[in-house]
Amino acid sequence: MSAADDIRTLRETFADKVIASTEFRSEHTLTVALDALHDVLRECRDTLGYAMLLDISSVDHFGDDPRFEVVHELAAIDDSKHLRIKTAVAEDDEPPSAADLWPAADWHEREVWDMMGIRFAGHPDLRRILMWEGYPHFPLRKDFPLAGRPTEMPDVAFTGVAPLEGGPFVTSSGGEDPVRREPRARVVE
Amino acid sequence: MRNPGGRGTIRWIFLPPTMVSTAASMHTAYDSKIEGNVIVTRVDAAINWMRKNSLWPMPMGLACCAIELMATASSRFDISRFGMEVMRFSPRQSDVLIVSGTVTYKMALAVKRIWDQMPEPKWCIAMGACASSGGMYRSYAVLQGIDRLIPVDVYISGCPPRPEALIEGLMKLQRKIEGEQSTVDQKKEFFEQVS
Repeated sequence: MSAADDIRTLRETFADKVIASTEFRSEHTLTVALDALHDVLRECRDTLGYAMLLDISSVDHFGDDPRFEVVHELAAIDDSKHLRIKTAVAEDDEPPSAADLWPAADWHEREVWDMMGIRFAGHPDLRRILMWEGYPHFPLRKDFPLAGRPTEMPDVAFTGVAPLEGGPFVTSSGGEDPVRREPRARVVE
Repeated sequence: MRNPGGRGTIRWIFLPPTMVSTAASMHTAYDSKIEGNVIVTRVDAAINWMRKNSLWPMPMGLACCAIELMATASSRFDISRFGMEVMRFSPRQSDVLIVSGTVTYKMALAVKRIWDQMPEPKWCIAMGACASSGGMYRSYAVLQGIDRLIPVDVYISGCPPRPEALIEGLMKLQRKIEGEQSTVDQKKEFFEQVS
């Protein structure tokens, strides 16, 4: 069974919980509703043969509602097929943890929590993984400046603001289009 | 020996081991047998000479600069020529902290702690762009130069610097150590306390 067949099967099984599916250059992506996410993942693992979780990532659509998107990358153990599962997550939502299906999800979800601030419900040990416990910000959110914000935890850690003046990586959130948000992008007339 | 026990000057005599007992029994009398085996120098000069030729590095390898640091220690570049080949992974036995690589904020206090554990006298080298200034990492996660946390004696430019550059930096540090006046300063402090 190919990934395209699997998407058809999942559409039949979960009906209107599957919101969209796309194929782009033989990469298959499935968008599902948040309340069906865990069941879809379990189905993928148990009956469709996606024994491996490659990655969990998240996207910040700043200004949209729901704001975030969580992306699970699944693969068959013989690498014969890949499937990407996307879920829209609002700021207050807690998507279900996949750590009970794949132990690999444990650290991926900790990273998503650390960098984007999305809590996973039912995660066994949801601590920060890169920054330290007590760091008040989520650095990969669009409204967090790349230069950083100063923080101070005596005897634990501190951060300062990096000079970005005139540098190529100055971005601002909320602009109309990517060119305005990211001056490093060159406008091709 | 000229000017024995002279005021304000301290003399240092090196004797070969076989001569030590002889010299002690003869007190400070002149002996033509040991002439030519005696080197007269200042304590500071002798101490500095010993210190600069046995700098034991504490390698703080945090990124790609550490690869060049390893190359410097290996046979092609061979810092044992300078008496520095003894990489001590214990800060208690090290003289010079070589911070080679990107210092993130999470690592910063660990570097500081290792620096604090090193006994005096100690020196610090910021190797490469990241350790000196944050380098290309103008970001929320990276300390913008290790000199914001600990004193740095020598900065080495490069991304990463070649081993030759690190050796040049270590030789610069040697020249710096040559000019130090630790006992003179200690004496000055001592007299200030007494008076």
